[in-house]
Amino acid sequence: MSNSNMNLKLKVWRQQNAKDEGHFEDYTVQASPDMSFLEMFDVLNEQLITEGKNPVAFDHDCREGICGMCSMVINGRPHGPKQGVTTCQLHMRSFSDGDTIVVEPWRSNAFPVIRDLSVNRSAFDRIIASGGYVSVNTGNAVDANATLIPKETADEAFEAATCIGCGACVSACKNASAMLFVGAKVTQLSLLPQGQAEASKRVVAMVNQMDAEGFGACTNTGACSAECPKQIPLSVIATLNREYIKAKLKGY
Amino acid sequence: MKLFSFLFTSTIGRKWLMGLTGLFLISFLLVHCGVNACIFFNDGGETFNMAAEFMGTNWIIRSMEFVLFAGLLLHIFQGLYLWKFNTEARKKRYSVSAGSANSTWYSRSMGILGTLLLLFLVVHLKDFWVTSRFTDVITSGEKTLFQEMKEVFANPLPVVVYVLGCVSLLYHLLHGFQSAFQTLGINHKSYTPIIQSTGKIFSVVVSLLFAAMPVAMHLGWIQ
Ligand code: SF4
Ligand code: FES
Repeated sequence: MSNSNMNLKLKVWRQQNAKDEGHFEDYTVQASPDMSFLEMFDVLNEQLITEGKNPVAFDHDCREGICGMCSMVINGRPHGPKQGVTTCQLHMRSFSDGDTIVVEPWRSNAFPVIRDLSVNRSAFDRIIASGGYVSVNTGNAVDANATLIPKETADEAFEAATCIGCGACVSACKNASAMLFVGAKVTQLSLLPQGQAEASKRVVAMVNQMDAEGFGACTNTGACSAECPKQIPLSVIATLNREYIKAKLKGY
Repeated sequence: MKLFSFLFTSTIGRKWLMGLTGLFLISFLLVHCGVNACIFFNDGGETFNMAAEFMGTNWIIRSMEFVLFAGLLLHIFQGLYLWKFNTEARKKRYSVSAGSANSTWYSRSMGILGTLLLLFLVVHLKDFWVTSRFTDVITSGEKTLFQEMKEVFANPLPVVVYVLGCVSLLYHLLHGFQSAFQTLGINHKSYTPIIQSTGKIFSVVVSLLFAAMPVAMHLGWIQ
């Protein structure tokens, strides 16, 4: 296996802090097709440190597609050109020798840039804190079959629950809307009996918070779902709309 | 009233109103297209004039005209508001964006398509609605609406404008039809494919029929 047989030109967004204007900087880097995109950035950062320059700040944690921290818009697409993968799972074999790759942060007013490619996604945390949970008193463990849930319903709830809160949906959306994310959370909880008790209160609180954070309004372009690394379906947005209107008409 | 304030204060409420008024306007298009298509009987406009007279004199239809304009204005108002609101949700734009990789161009251009339709509508209302409702040209029997159509479309410029209007309508509907259902919360694995194909057929048929009218009149296919 060859080590560094790709020569790449990178245009990377550099920004000191939220207030800084920001600009692109050009770099060249040698990478192997077997590296992940983030490993390629590790190589770049080693290089920058050796040259006595500031490394590029970018978020990552698990590097296996489950934490949702990695966030890069690669050649205009959040998480890069592949469907159903996060930036950390993207490999350099998806690119060709000599390519120029443009890397930008998630861009939306609700996700201010902290530095370079790292953005502040605490707006999502505040949406979850506003109602994205089920209030239960933990006591004795309940028998697993005490509440019967059809397999299909459980599967559907699970599918929505695979959302890792990465924010690629917001980043891909021309309206910077967070409705795929909020829809996934609302769907997951409203499908299950444990979550239904608070369904109306939850959806109104979460949508209020979503609006307060400054996310846009969905126009059903479908870009979010197409770019979502967990391929959350658009139907969760319909569920969100339905749950919200139902709750509003009930006076919540 | 407080119960319904969310229709003007929350993103989903506003969207819901867009979808609802959109579907209402679609139902109007169906009637409008049906009445106008009567010219294709090629009977010197006899059937068409009859239908037009009914639409212009029946009091139920006439009062629906107010509802129609209310729906239209709401749709325009919410559309423009959401357009501005959504553009402002991302102040700093991307330098590279690959929209075509994840969505259709017309789904991303509803604001522009809608604005083109609005401009077309101004011309269209001036051409026919103003003439038939606010002058006595038709009621006095000076000429029929059919004759008015023939006169307007004798000139090639309106024909081009109308055909372009129909192109905007086609793409606005292609996205709007199915989008309205999604916004109203209707998404189901068996029904959604039916809604989507119905939407496509509806958009193409209605836009083609509308576009065929000025063209056929101009070329003298309709006598
Ligand atoms: S819905 Fe998809 S894109 Fe959006 S936050 Fe969840 S995993 Fe990320
Ligand atoms: S680093 Fe955890 S999902 Fe990419």
